[in-house]
Amino acid sequence: MRRYLTRKVITYLLAFFVGATIDWGIPHLMPGNPVQLYLSKFQLQPGGYAALYKTMSEAFGTSLPLWDQYLHFWSGLLHGDLGVSIYDFPGRVTTLIFDAIPYTLALLGPAIVLSYLLGNRLGAAAARRRSLDNTVLPAGYVLQAIPYPWLALALPYLLGVVWHVFPISGPYDQTLLPALSWPFVSSLLYHWFLPFLTVFLVSLGGWAIGMRNLVIYELENDSSRYLRALGARERLVRRHAYRSASLPQLSGLALALGVVIGGNIVTEIAFHYPGLGLLIYNAIEDEDYFLLQGIFIFIVIGVLLANFVIDLVYITVDPRTRLSMQGAAQ
Amino acid sequence: MIEPVRRAAELPPASRRGAFPSGLRSEEPATSDEGRRELRAPRRRAGQQSDLLYYAKRNSKLVFGLSLELFFVLAAIIGPVISPHGTAEFFLPRQPPSAQHWMGTDYFGHDVFAQLVNGLQLSYLVGALGALCAALVGMALGFTAGYRGGLLDDVLQMITNIMVMIPSLVLLVVIGAYLKTRGVVFEGVFIGLTTWPWVARAVRAQTFTLRSREFIDLARLSGRRASSIVVKDIAPNMASYLFLVVILLFGSAMLLAASYDFLGLGPTNGISLGTMMNQAMLWSALQLKMWWWFVPPGLVLTGMVAALLIANVGLDEVFNPRLREQ
Repeated sequence: MRRYLTRKVITYLLAFFVGATIDWGIPHLMPGNPVQLYLSKFQLQPGGYAALYKTMSEAFGTSLPLWDQYLHFWSGLLHGDLGVSIYDFPGRVTTLIFDAIPYTLALLGPAIVLSYLLGNRLGAAAARRRSLDNTVLPAGYVLQAIPYPWLALALPYLLGVVWHVFPISGPYDQTLLPALSWPFVSSLLYHWFLPFLTVFLVSLGGWAIGMRNLVIYELENDSSRYLRALGARERLVRRHAYRSASLPQLSGLALALGVVIGGNIVTEIAFHYPGLGLLIYNAIEDEDYFLLQGIFIFIVIGVLLANFVIDLVYITVDPRTRLSMQGAAQ
Repeated sequence: MIEPVRRAAELPPASRRGAFPSGLRSEEPATSDEGRRELRAPRRRAGQQSDLLYYAKRNSKLVFGLSLELFFVLAAIIGPVISPHGTAEFFLPRQPPSAQHWMGTDYFGHDVFAQLVNGLQLSYLVGALGALCAALVGMALGFTAGYRGGLLDDVLQMITNIMVMIPSLVLLVVIGAYLKTRGVVFEGVFIGLTTWPWVARAVRAQTFTLRSREFIDLARLSGRRASSIVVKDIAPNMASYLFLVVILLFGSAMLLAASYDFLGLGPTNGISLGTMMNQAMLWSALQLKMWWWFVPPGLVLTGMVAALLIANVGLDEVFNPRLREQ
């Protein structure tokens, strides 16, 4: 158990190291340097440019050798200092990110968990009934194929602009002040629903199709045949098939995280939902590279933590990993 | 040497085990009935191929998916020819679809149909480049890791596992934000360079199981070079499987490109489907009720990718006899 977890933790630490190095490396590998990029936005006289370039290079430390810059980056990162934002000037990058994280988690968390649970149920049901299968399968393929930006435009158009059922942008009604009162909380939920639905729907199809195929596959397995030969009821056979099919689905969940996070970014932008996605968009628009770097490293940390949680769940769900780990420890 | 016939039949129905794009996960291929297959009398290649064609023609999913895809490919090829207007021309802005402008005009007076067929071409280009690059890198690493094994395998797997965890879109955004001019080719290549771990994993797992088979042992005993064994004996045995993986990658590259372009990081030298949706959002097509501006690009892209997915399932059934009876 301990050995398994140590191995996992080492992988995650390495991944964090690689992620942070990429984060630092991209701006330094690009043609030009950040100061040049920043100054290219202004129209300056050659003399003024040279003076400003010198001052800014010293201020940002870009005149130091690369190795020193890299160490500075790490010391800043480990002290939780990601620099000052340009888009929200005196604001610190970490403050901006921490303000945005709750909104992103509020969308991502429920969307991932609910689409996973419901998708699996739907898929298992489709594997049982042919009539259901004929609707779930085509619907699943279409849902998988929908580009996030399109659903994030089409849903608010239909439900917001044409039918006036849901608001189409913002985290809550702009006339309200944040408070722990019912009008505010209900407005929050009301605005939350459509972006949530977008992320939820696109993931749903994949889980349903995956589970359907896995259950059909498991039902033809030797274990299922053996259960049937023993005279077990079909219900029991299906329950066992569902449980063993859940394992590859669970490891698939870890792999699907990157795609869902990408979709969430797009959705937040389309709905003007103030999470990390909208922050990324603003950072791109304002060429705020410190903010962009900060968000990247936070998303990497988030993905690694989620992977770790899924690993822990996997251990508790799969008796085989548990047993083999106990065996390895002895 | 034993000619490895019945290629596809020997492979597990891996792509049906997972969701898209998680369909590319197949860490432990089923090996239960490998032994039985070895006993089967090998058939001739030509016979097998016409066999595949026979099942391909009768598979409704494959036929439907392929015809739909063919329709979009044709639209991408002849669309610009039959389009009465170019992408750079200006007309009366914000016009709904009419006989003159089949899909209306956008906020600035561009013809939406002209932009759409142009975007179709770019989507296919990005998808093909992305899938190709991912396949090349993933195959190189996957074959090396799976065939060599040992420490090299451990290291390559570690790299793959790390790359899988870094979200492609976010990585692409950080790269793209620094580029002042962005071309379609660049975009496709970068997408491929971030999505290769999927191929590497699939190829490694397959190579790993094939490596211990008898015909590979024989090839090794005959003293041939590792690269020649991989190319001539291992790769042909997973050709159909690789083909399915590449099709899925093709679709996911097109979707990824659309999201990426929607962030305003689209190609600066052309208008893609994602860029169209980005502009529709920026110039409040929703509030202006200009549905003809953002519905066609997304709908077309959905159709393109769904057709690929459905054809992919059909192909899987054609390649895998075990799936046919269902």
